[in-house]
Amino acid sequence: MRLLASLFLASLGRRRFATALSLLAVTLGVALGVAVSVVNRSALDEFSHGVRVIAGEADLQIIGPRTGFDEALFARVALAAGVDVASPVIEVDARLAGRNEALRIVGLDLLRSVRIQPALRPQLAEGTAQRDLFDPDLVFLSPAAMQALGLKPGDPLPLQIGLATVRLRVGGLAGGFDAGQRAALMDIAAAQWRLNQLGRLSRIDLRWAAGGDTPQAREALRQQLPPGVHLLAPAHREAQAEALSLAYRANLTMLAVIALATGAFLVFATQTLSVVRRESEFALMRALGVTQRQLLGGVLGEGALIGLLGGVAGVALGYLLAGFALKLLGGDLGAGYFAGSRPRLHLDWGASAAFLLLGFAASVLGSLWPALHAARAAIAPALRSGHNPAPPPIAVHHLGVIALLLAGAGLAYLPPVFGLPAGGYLAVACLLAAGVLSLPAVAHGLMRVLEPLPGLVFGLARARVAGASANAVIAAGGVLASVALAVSMAIMVASFRDSVDAWLARVLPADLYVRSSGGGAQGGLGLDAVARIAALPGIARMDTIRHEQLRLRAEGLPVALIARPIPAAGAGAVFPMREQRAVAGDAIWISEAMVDLYGWRPGTVVELPLGGALHRFVVGGVWRDYARQSGAILIDLARYRALTGDKLVNDVALWLKPGTADTALRAALRGAFGEQIEIGSAGEIRAISLALFDRTFAVTYALEACAVLIGLFGIAASFAALAAARRREFGMLRHIGVTRRQIGAMLAWEGALVAAIGVLSGLLTGAAISVVLIYVVNRQSFHWSMDYSVPAGSLAVFALAMIAAAAVAAFLAGAQAMRQNAVSAVREDA
Amino acid sequence: MHLSRRQLLSLLAALPLAPARAASPAYPLVRPRALSFPADHGAHPDHRIEWWYLTGWLEAPGVPEFGFQITFFQIRPGVAEANPSRFAPHHLIIAHAALAWPESKRLLHEARSARAGFGLVEARVGDCDVRLDRWRLWREGTAFRALIPAGEFELALNFGPTGAPLLHGDGGYSQKAPGAEHASQYVSLVQLPVSGSVQVGGRQLKVSGRAWFDHEWSSSLMHPQAAGWDWTGINLADGGALMLFRMRDQRGAALWHGGTLRSPNGLAQHFGPDEIVWQTLREWRSERSGVLWPVEQSVAFAGRRLRLLPLMDDQELDSRSSTGAIYWEGAVRAIEQGREMGRGYLELTGYDKALKL
Repeated sequence: MRLLASLFLASLGRRRFATALSLLAVTLGVALGVAVSVVNRSALDEFSHGVRVIAGEADLQIIGPRTGFDEALFARVALAAGVDVASPVIEVDARLAGRNEALRIVGLDLLRSVRIQPALRPQLAEGTAQRDLFDPDLVFLSPAAMQALGLKPGDPLPLQIGLATVRLRVGGLAGGFDAGQRAALMDIAAAQWRLNQLGRLSRIDLRWAAGGDTPQAREALRQQLPPGVHLLAPAHREAQAEALSLAYRANLTMLAVIALATGAFLVFATQTLSVVRRESEFALMRALGVTQRQLLGGVLGEGALIGLLGGVAGVALGYLLAGFALKLLGGDLGAGYFAGSRPRLHLDWGASAAFLLLGFAASVLGSLWPALHAARAAIAPALRSGHNPAPPPIAVHHLGVIALLLAGAGLAYLPPVFGLPAGGYLAVACLLAAGVLSLPAVAHGLMRVLEPLPGLVFGLARARVAGASANAVIAAGGVLASVALAVSMAIMVASFRDSVDAWLARVLPADLYVRSSGGGAQGGLGLDAVARIAALPGIARMDTIRHEQLRLRAEGLPVALIARPIPAAGAGAVFPMREQRAVAGDAIWISEAMVDLYGWRPGTVVELPLGGALHRFVVGGVWRDYARQSGAILIDLARYRALTGDKLVNDVALWLKPGTADTALRAALRGAFGEQIEIGSAGEIRAISLALFDRTFAVTYALEACAVLIGLFGIAASFAALAAARRREFGMLRHIGVTRRQIGAMLAWEGALVAAIGVLSGLLTGAAISVVLIYVVNRQSFHWSMDYSVPAGSLAVFALAMIAAAAVAAFLAGAQAMRQNAVSAVREDA
Repeated sequence: MHLSRRQLLSLLAALPLAPARAASPAYPLVRPRALSFPADHGAHPDHRIEWWYLTGWLEAPGVPEFGFQITFFQIRPGVAEANPSRFAPHHLIIAHAALAWPESKRLLHEARSARAGFGLVEARVGDCDVRLDRWRLWREGTAFRALIPAGEFELALNFGPTGAPLLHGDGGYSQKAPGAEHASQYVSLVQLPVSGSVQVGGRQLKVSGRAWFDHEWSSSLMHPQAAGWDWTGINLADGGALMLFRMRDQRGAALWHGGTLRSPNGLAQHFGPDEIVWQTLREWRSERSGVLWPVEQSVAFAGRRLRLLPLMDDQELDSRSSTGAIYWEGAVRAIEQGREMGRGYLELTGYDKALKL
């Protein structure tokens, strides 16, 4: 048995190059999957821990829209049946004056919060008294914030609240925050007063009395809540954060799985070729008494070993990649879900084990067909001298291809499962399988088309590829998978980017945009500030915009509310409407995500919680939105103000009078407001948005590059394996006068032809997959639609580059075989 | 947040050390004046500190006699008084309650504190009505009522009908240490009949007993030389009432004495600094804190001598980990010539500091 194992091990060692490539492919696939999962786990753990630190032992939290809710609610719930402690909380993301940075300030009633979050409290510095806890000028910083901001107790800490600068001081450290958490504590009254939150609360944390948590108590509590304010368990908020990034994570994981599938194909290709080459060897072993079963186990064992080693290395590499990505891109890989977080690496045992197993399974499955072939091979012919091993001919499964295409099309129409486009993913798998099954047909067709082309060497190569189509198909398979992945992603990203670009042009029609530097709900511009802007010279027209967030359901994520003046010409004049209908009564216009998530359509009558009461609206249209995947609602500003009394605005859009220079108005704005506002032109904002977009997709580019690399490995590995088997053929060619250079050129042509088969199939398959990605996967994951757009130029360059790279890979892989001299090669034949 | 009454003053005394950027408000000093009721049962929110303090002995069928203590403080910290927020800590209310429950061989106690506001937490002006969430002490007709759902135990007690208020010192103006600025307004209601229910240890007890009610307000801080304070209030068996206190300095010597004895016919006799002698008869060391408490005291006044004998030794309240306060506040019997002459409470503070010396 040990002898048998050593025989198979020796075989792996003999074809070091192919083995290493297979190993590398499995390693990369596993590493990518692990890295994506670990990075996300780290970010989520960080977020969850942050939520848990702030929530303490709270059983429930009362949460409303972003601007919070009326503090009177506190008096109504504090003594509700079953409630032991109710702790009111203010949370403000305040901008630090003079720094381009915000700080989360938590205002607590310490006498109450100490019973829910006992650890979360200021640590009084030496020489300060207890009553400093109530000092309206003092802020207590978490250790991370203290360090990051380079502050010490007693230092001034000016904040920008709206257009005003509020001068606070650092009172000392705040205990109880997570090690990396940047945040600060204040007395709740001080926070309400100094941070412009009088009368408002962001949250109320509740703890039940023993036995107080009954359905009746919960219902009674719910009855007290105004519309738009909900009762949530802290764990639910963690789940919401998880849900927010779930689709993004799932899509990245899917790319990793495709990379792994490509790796499996590579294992398949090299194992098949190796098994074919060892046919005589296997026959001899069978003749010496090795059973079919042992042979099967041996070949499978080779695959298992590659899978295991690749898997382990992949997990290690994955953590390495994840650590690198966390440092470089942050916890959301640059996608913006966990802005500002720089989480530490967390171990993700589940994902590590799952991808290790997937890598192992991919490699074993890749070896299955070759192993079966090896075990079933007839012994006698293979033992005969002069046996020329060739892979079995691959049957063309027209019906299978058609069935897979139909299945894919059907699956694409399935609704999402738990917010994930499961049908879409399966459709992608079907299309990929259909592409692989149709490879022989494509190979046959392509070779027929190329037949009339002249040239001796090319002709030799073409004849060889056409004659040994099974070899070609196996090598092209890896190329197909990687090209299909790259092409589909390229088309999807290009479509997305073009659509976003066009969308930005529609939603940013003005010349200049002004926003108060103190961001967040309370950081708006007041009416007087708006009037001061309006009075500046050179303004032809201005629009004011207010951003708010509503909670329509307790279990849903907050929905963005955009209030801006709706012109008489209709909402279509300000937003890119996809559907519109004239409605009677108060109208709102919703983003596509609202259609998917809430089932609202034009004409639907809905109720929105505004200003603490429910108001009836009719959906007047649906617009395209790439900014908010949890949904957004557009409402007329005047109507919003009448219902809420909220007179602040976040953005002011300015149109210049003809002949007014952009710079002149900027100077006037700076003169009036100093550094308290941010000014951006439509072009600047668009550039920033597109840069953000490109950063988001940077990770997918990396995944594609890996897949393409694995595909090229496939070509190189196949040719390296074949080259050895073809020594006799090369020797014969040299014998009849073909030069070494010509053999090299022939090999390069063969590589190019095999790649061309894969690339052509890959282009077709990728185009089909991109349709699924754009109309199913993206729509169901992120709830946005886009216009199909093919980057033909880039794809053409990519295809040619791929073919050229394959030619080089084939040439290099065959170089070794060509070094043999003709005499020995022919003698071998004798 | 457990605090003894006088200890709170010493904590407040630390305030002037705080950086003087926010000028302390002008707290009104108490001065002799005619008190009027029920208005003066209510809060005096301009002052620095005020408390309503109920102690007494209770009995119920099937359990040994036990003591109780309920205190509501109102503090005006004098910080951020310009803050218009409804959460602004213009006043803090601190409440605690304790049961001297012999079965547990120690005090059962619970405390709450919160800033006044929203009608949830407030001390009413004009009549007694102090509330802190679900804890409440208020006057109703000729009686006072207290509701204390403290978790480990729950009190629902009626006190009354009340007799005439007992005004200490000069018509309620009670000097606490040398110097006219160290004074408070101090009113007691004594010999209060108690009825109601106590829920403890899974039992619902119908109780009756006798209580002592102190109401005191002041703006003065603890005397700088004062290190501790002993107080006792006894409902005498003959229908009279006795209140005695002693302010001690760092060396343990008396800095000030004061007291009032009301005879059963209602006549009050006031004792000055030289007319009272406290003497320790027996000490008990707490295993928890290591503090040595003089749990058995002899008090001499007006030619009489009473021995104060604790219901149980361990009536210590230790919350040094949270507020730094530790004191002994317990039910005592008053013994004169071997006979029980009355029952009440004894309060001992400042003995942990003495330990450090």
